[in-house]
Amino acid sequence: MSALSNAAAQVIAQAGETGAVDPAAAKATAGAGSAGFAYGLAAIGPGIGIGYLVGQAVQAMARQPESAGQVQTTMFLGIAFTEALALIGFVVFILLKFV
Amino acid sequence: MPGLALLTAPIALFAAEGEGGGGLQFPPVENLVIWPDWFLADTPFAFNKIAFMSLVAFVVPVILFLIAGRKAKAVPTGLQNVMESSLDFIEVQVIKPAIGPDGMRYLPMLMSMFFFIWIGNLFEIIPTAHMPANARMANPLMLAIVAWVMFIGVGVKHHGLGYFKEALFPPGVPKALYLLVTPIELLSTFIIRPFSLAVRLFANMLAGHILLVTFSVLCITLWGFQILNIVNLLSFPMLVAFTGFEFMVAFLQAFIFSLLTAVYIGGALHPAH
Repeated sequence: MSALSNAAAQVIAQAGETGAVDPAAAKATAGAGSAGFAYGLAAIGPGIGIGYLVGQAVQAMARQPESAGQVQTTMFLGIAFTEALALIGFVVFILLKFV
Repeated sequence: MPGLALLTAPIALFAAEGEGGGGLQFPPVENLVIWPDWFLADTPFAFNKIAFMSLVAFVVPVILFLIAGRKAKAVPTGLQNVMESSLDFIEVQVIKPAIGPDGMRYLPMLMSMFFFIWIGNLFEIIPTAHMPANARMANPLMLAIVAWVMFIGVGVKHHGLGYFKEALFPPGVPKALYLLVTPIELLSTFIIRPFSLAVRLFANMLAGHILLVTFSVLCITLWGFQILNIVNLLSFPMLVAFTGFEFMVAFLQAFIFSLLTAVYIGGALHPAH
């Protein structure tokens, strides 16, 4: 967070010299700083979720190897649903950073 | 953080020493979103690299299936064997668990969807192409709209307008809770489903592409620095490993897209569960 506020302070200091805030520069600075946070936060939940999900699937397959095929299909489904949140976080990262 | 300063010190060194600006030179992000037209520029039929890859992804499975099916034998050999086992894969892994035995009539659609996405994705790791066709939002969005129209159409065909009633007012819920349940179901079934279907494919392929670009840029940059070239011993095998990983992701995303489409169709066909 300090890096973000430092960069923002730099933009404001520059504005003090020239007498005007460049909105594009301020937006780019804030966007670049928050993009990393957005993706980092978005990755926490799905990371825990997928880990738990696959762990449980492995346990199920180890207990009942004959149902491994069905468990695997359901596992991929669950991963797809869980992963969507992280991927939306990634899209938000792209939007904050480049748009 | 002093540790971070130590980490960034060599990068500052790059920036000082490198020729032509130096440092890690990432290609501009415009390279991902602006593609020069090959011909028919400035018309709705403008043809560029992405359109070409989509066309290949459509033509290749058609040709493969035509050749395989032209002289079909009772005991398959060669190409016919490969294509039949791919049909078997979709039947056993996608249709049977997601729709049930009465889902076989959706096999052609799921099959073409799977092959179109898979071959479009494979361009991510094919040299000289190195860009998945599905890393542009248009392709996944179109496929998601097809899936969306398909599952709503199947629901309406088999249950009439009662499908919307079943979907929005699930039976067995206390009357008062419909105030809460119906908006959530409306949002999740008819709006978030196609959106997440498209974004899942798009973001996975784009993230994979950016990952490969990052490692390639790193390897190329390190190549120019005599002593730091040793780091290439780590980063180049990582690039190779990630290429293999993306080969897997290309297949997995095609599989998951067709599986989810099948699950949605199955849900519209048998709304009871």
